[in-house]
Amino acid sequence: MNRTTRANAGRRHGRGRARLITLGGIVGVASLLAAACGGEEAAAPAAAPVTTQAAPQAEEAEPAGPAAHCAPGETDGDLTFYNWADYIDEDLLAAFEAETGVDVEYSTYESNEEMLTKVESEAAIYDLVVPSDYMVDTMRREGLLLELNFDAIPNAANIGAEFANPPFDPEHKYSVAYQWGTTGIGMSYEVLELLGGESTWAVIFDPATAALVPGGISMLDDAPETVAAALKYLGYSIVDVINNQNEDAIREAGDLLRATNDRLLKYDSVTYSDDLVNGEVDVAHGWSGGFALSIFGAEAFDTHVYTIPSEGGVIWVDTMAIPHNADNICSAHAMINFLTDAENGATLTNWTYYGSPNVASTPFIVDEILDDPGINPPPEIAARLELLPFAGDLALLIQDMHSQAKS
Amino acid sequence: MGPARRSPPTAGAAGEEAAAVARRRQGMLLASPGALYLLIFFVVPLGLITVYSFATRTSTGRTALSGWNVESYRAIGDDIIVGIIGRSAWLATLTTVLCVVVGYPFAYYIATRPRHVRAVLLVLVMIPFWTNALVRVFAIRFLLGSNGPASALSESLGFGTFRILFTPTAVTIGMVYSFLTFMVLPLYVALERMDWSLTEAARDLYASGAKAFWKVTLPLTRSGIVAGCVLVFVPSFGSYVVPDILGGAKTLLIGSYIARQFRDARNWPLGAALSVLLIVAMLVAVALNQRSGSGAEDGGRPRGRRRGPGRGVAEPATAEAS
Repeated sequence: MNRTTRANAGRRHGRGRARLITLGGIVGVASLLAAACGGEEAAAPAAAPVTTQAAPQAEEAEPAGPAAHCAPGETDGDLTFYNWADYIDEDLLAAFEAETGVDVEYSTYESNEEMLTKVESEAAIYDLVVPSDYMVDTMRREGLLLELNFDAIPNAANIGAEFANPPFDPEHKYSVAYQWGTTGIGMSYEVLELLGGESTWAVIFDPATAALVPGGISMLDDAPETVAAALKYLGYSIVDVINNQNEDAIREAGDLLRATNDRLLKYDSVTYSDDLVNGEVDVAHGWSGGFALSIFGAEAFDTHVYTIPSEGGVIWVDTMAIPHNADNICSAHAMINFLTDAENGATLTNWTYYGSPNVASTPFIVDEILDDPGINPPPEIAARLELLPFAGDLALLIQDMHSQAKS
Repeated sequence: MGPARRSPPTAGAAGEEAAAVARRRQGMLLASPGALYLLIFFVVPLGLITVYSFATRTSTGRTALSGWNVESYRAIGDDIIVGIIGRSAWLATLTTVLCVVVGYPFAYYIATRPRHVRAVLLVLVMIPFWTNALVRVFAIRFLLGSNGPASALSESLGFGTFRILFTPTAVTIGMVYSFLTFMVLPLYVALERMDWSLTEAARDLYASGAKAFWKVTLPLTRSGIVAGCVLVFVPSFGSYVVPDILGGAKTLLIGSYIARQFRDARNWPLGAALSVLLIVAMLVAVALNQRSGSGAEDGGRPRGRRRGPGRGVAEPATAEAS
């Protein structure tokens, strides 16, 4: 793994950047206009509330019939592939083109919402997109995804059992896992020692523990993530809270966030990991990939570390899916099959530094990634990770709690 | 006019009328590109926003253009939103007041320099506008950070390092910096066109310097102050970038809150309703400004020479986006 490759690791959760650029004038007119015209909208943190079971609020018919009958590897035209920025080794695209003879038109986005707006408005037609867990649930409920034809994706069998039956895609009809990661806390080893070697959300939420931190503390500027962190600290299961529509628990988390606000140096979903490594903050709530990028990039292995708190954290899965209005459905299936191949899957992960859902890839993945507990947490920690479920109308309460905290 | 006008038009009158029509046509032709542009990119979106503000958010976050209701407007009364609006108004007021306090003496200084010096000073005031606003805000972020020069200076003087960044103070500094020019320019215009002989007259009549300022200069430049206040208050009320970048996003203001509704929350109806509210508030402010502007006009100089600052008032909305 060379430096360039590492430097590209973990860009995915660099969302937020587009937001700064969207400025949009004082009224947000620009965003409405842009979105209404199907233009770029932007940047929202990826981990919004998410899916899981068909909660009472399920609505809108799941549409889109089954995919065309494509044979494995069959292609039917040039592929338009819309993916997160810096999320693939482009050699893989070239290899696919060489193998199949179709051209890949590759473009990128920085947030699930940006992709959703494009697909929803049909501003552009894509054959293959990479929505995160909750976004799969949202898109599936809105009828924006095509049912996959798994006969055309024999390599889907390589996907590990824990990713093969995701709650956000109950019958596993619309998505195939691409890469995965977690949300936890990056900190200096100095702080980790002060905590007795065990990472805990208390370093953010408990006044006495937080007082031990010599420098600043930052949290993601992302409502579902901050509320999820608070719920975890309070001992709740995020999935239970959402599925039981437990508004009281969410309000309790909101109160905790409000009490925490003054203790924070800032909310930041963009430079949190760089600021950790360069000492601007000593504790940062953030995404595994961002920390991998910064820690590898600055060779800060000895000073800083990404941890998953003992109370547990959030896990997210990005998946490959085909929009309902895709033109080249067989090519899209061929690409999914290509990327779920054992060696290709490893090439993908060796470039992104994310977790691989592909079991068959393991022998081909470099040890540096396999042995990193931040990327591949040990089972006892992995067991405490939860997917953010699709929150439906509760998403608004969650947003409100985050807004209310910032006063 | 006189009864003569009512009689059938003579050949001369007809020609005059034709010329007037031609002039009007020409004027319309000249204005049409701008009018068309505003129609497509201002009126239509404005209409869209208004329509969306009465729509419904589905539980997946899609905006359903059906089930029209005023729920989003009712939600504006919620504690959270009222608090956010109150905070935004307070910060905007503070920014405006500070801009007047800082900007007035500054504009006064420029306006009282010899003509050629004035030109140079004005260019200096304008220079920051040649740089993207975002870049300037990030520059301030560096200045105020714990690794920045301000902190280094304080450390070398033995006061230890400090960080203003991510505090309300940093936000206020950034806001004043961002909008100061909007205050200085109209004030300069008002001061520059003021008839200084009136102040001299006051002094001749034994008014003290301070009294002459309060009784003559200040009232005569009132239109400039009002225009400057509108130009500063309106954009700072909806300010979005500065509080997020310099304040560490710890204080939520209405601009960011609206942006969140369109992005993260996918609650377009609420975002749209708040936008409509801001636009209406802005129009009211502009209308008030115009009214007061027409009352207290022109520092003693003959009319017709007004290069009224009041006219630029519709622009602040776009100021921050530039």
